[in-house]
Amino acid sequence: MATMAATIDHAHAHVDDRSFLRKYIFSTDHKIIGIQFLMLSLLFLLIGGLLAMMMRWELGFPTQPMPGGTLLPETMAPGGILLPEFYNSLVTMHGTFMVFFAIMPLLVGVFANYLIPLKLGAPDMAFPRLNMASFWIAVPAGVLMLAGFFVEGGAAGAGWTSYAPLSANAEYSGVSLGQELWCLSLVVLGLSSILGATNYITTVINMRAPGMTWFRMPLSIWSLFITAILTLLAIPILSGAAIMLLFDQTIGTTFFLPAEGGQPLLWQHLFWFFGHPEVYILILPAMGMVSDIIANGARKPIFGYHSMVYAIIGIGFLGWIVWGHHMFQSGMNPTLGTTFMISTMLIAVPSAIKTFNWLGTLWRGNIRLHVPMLHACAFVAMFVIGGLSGVYMASTPVDIYIHDTYFIVAHLHYVLFGGSLFALFGAITFWYPKMFGRMMNPLLGKAHFWLTFLFYNLTFFPMHELGLQGHMRRIYDPTQYAFLQHLQPLNEFITLSAFLLFAVQLIFAVNFIMSWWNGKKASPNPWEDTGLEWSTPSPPPHGNWPETPTVHHAPYEFSSPLVQEDYLMQNRKVEGAPAAAASRTE
Amino acid sequence: MNWLLPGGVSTFAGDIDRLYYVILGITGAAFVIVEVALIWFLIKYRARPGRKAYYTHGSVKAEVIWTTVPAVVVVMIGILSGGVWNQIRGRDSVPPGALPLAVHAKQFEWLVTYPGPDGQLGTDDDFERRNDLRLPVDTPMVIALTSEDVIHSFFIPEFRVKQDVVPGMTIRAWFEATATGEYSLACAELCGNGHTTMGGTVTVLSLDEYTQWLADPSRTVASR
Repeated sequence: MATMAATIDHAHAHVDDRSFLRKYIFSTDHKIIGIQFLMLSLLFLLIGGLLAMMMRWELGFPTQPMPGGTLLPETMAPGGILLPEFYNSLVTMHGTFMVFFAIMPLLVGVFANYLIPLKLGAPDMAFPRLNMASFWIAVPAGVLMLAGFFVEGGAAGAGWTSYAPLSANAEYSGVSLGQELWCLSLVVLGLSSILGATNYITTVINMRAPGMTWFRMPLSIWSLFITAILTLLAIPILSGAAIMLLFDQTIGTTFFLPAEGGQPLLWQHLFWFFGHPEVYILILPAMGMVSDIIANGARKPIFGYHSMVYAIIGIGFLGWIVWGHHMFQSGMNPTLGTTFMISTMLIAVPSAIKTFNWLGTLWRGNIRLHVPMLHACAFVAMFVIGGLSGVYMASTPVDIYIHDTYFIVAHLHYVLFGGSLFALFGAITFWYPKMFGRMMNPLLGKAHFWLTFLFYNLTFFPMHELGLQGHMRRIYDPTQYAFLQHLQPLNEFITLSAFLLFAVQLIFAVNFIMSWWNGKKASPNPWEDTGLEWSTPSPPPHGNWPETPTVHHAPYEFSSPLVQEDYLMQNRKVEGAPAAAASRTE
Repeated sequence: MNWLLPGGVSTFAGDIDRLYYVILGITGAAFVIVEVALIWFLIKYRARPGRKAYYTHGSVKAEVIWTTVPAVVVVMIGILSGGVWNQIRGRDSVPPGALPLAVHAKQFEWLVTYPGPDGQLGTDDDFERRNDLRLPVDTPMVIALTSEDVIHSFFIPEFRVKQDVVPGMTIRAWFEATATGEYSLACAELCGNGHTTMGGTVTVLSLDEYTQWLADPSRTVASR
């Protein structure tokens, strides 16, 4: 250990003469850009959460003055009572911020940036300046989106899906500038995503260290690679559709306005042709990082690594042919409904393969339940619920009843919060020492995990019941409907749980911030992992390694008989070891 | 947590609900298997000093099993679903002789056009009611749905009917109510600032009462 530390100090001695501005603000270093994305998207995660709290107040206690609501302007909440138009903005902006400005950049902006070069043994991204541009383009996109709340007419209010004609004509929604800013912001953000994706794809193809063959890449990198391909192909479709919508709003085109020959369903086809690959953009990287963490926690190689890779590719491919399942009740030809149902059902297959392989990895392991591992296991447990509840919606006749109800709200939160966000909490805790050189506090981490897990389930699980009783989503006041009145106590319960869920995130915030200067100093490899990123100091210097590492082993050589320890790092050369031993399958 | 669906009051509600319970059974079993295995493994194989994990890279046999079993199960669910879907939404699913109604949605109301005494839409004796949908029991109805402005969604929870109403399109939805009584009509698609208020009543009458209503809508018809 002492000799290792000495080598690392030596590596630190490499002179870094970049100015503060070039080092931390307009940096081209993939690690700094990853951390910049982390700060930006955690901020948006907080904003998205705050919006959700206001929605929950309204649903639990309809048309009652919200505590602190008088701080909001008259145009949003006169006397503290939320207006229906403001509620619609909350619904829309909560979804938009969470999908586009929190989860997606957290998974891709942060971890594709941070991990791809470090896990592949590259000094940086293929195009560092494009990378810097991708961050500094995302910032104004976020500002444009936020600006909606401060313009006349308020923020966009047609849902994060922005169905036309409601979104296309201000006469219908009462929102003009806010709706235009929504389109503009997504076009700008799309540019950022495309630059990022180009970079990730090029880096993965061209900059792998010697010995890092395709099938020695960790699953996190496989999933980020497939995600980057999906992003590159899907985002231009959203950008195109958003520009068409913007033209309908501003210069009098009628792509989506039926009065002059437009077709509202065209928007839905375009949006979901982008939107379903987007759903997998939001889950694949989480699956990949969870695989890395589970192998580490179980101290075992990933069970069925090759199947896991093919499942990622399979999900990526199927993602393109299922968009119609969002449109079963839309008026689309019902025969198409059957086609999309079958393709959608097939997604259960690669999802099941992944789930069972995670279980297989845990089987006969020597499991360390560290904080990232807790989150990774919660990911598996919650993703199973989100995946299984998807089968109900995939079944076209059952979907007739539960479409656009709280059942789908429950489903999507089980995937995006129970899935992606738990994976992210795990991933942030896991790679925090590499990013900042210090460990997050494990006690606070466990407290945060268990409380989040509890209140998360108390918030979202009962939403299944709301949906089964026919409770529509996106309604301002459920007590308006006779058939929903008996559900009001449940709505209140969900609201209180949601408030507690939000409150306990403070533990994470405190842990995240305090550990930065207060946390235990991290060794280069605090989790005893096998990945290349752990063979360089925490945090790694500019350029990552003094010399390019050489890869000798498969990604998850835990408990290998070749070495004494229960982990064999990918770049550790073992004398006399047969080279092929690593990729053997029983 | 209540997993039961509220009682269904249309001819196809039973088929939809049955499918729901089949899926509930299958996914419930899958849920229990996975979660129990997960928790059991986490406890049984927790780290113990001096022990190493079992070194394996997987098993082809296991991969084949957990690829084919889910595939067979979901294809089966797909086939069952396809049958019911076809019966509700298929090309020739509207029963011959279904009585016509027209519902025009606009921000934020449902305008129902009744055919009048002659039973034909598009004639002089048609009349219109706002948020007031009446129909006869045990009689197939076919409703022509149109929209004035934005997309709405015609939703009668007890009938298991939901159909988006799209401006520029006329979409036909059919159903047959199986019990008299009063039910709710709701809009299930975000349609603007008044979306939450866009509701109506559905009154299922006996065929006689319905015929009387068509002949003379000014007369108050007893609703139960």
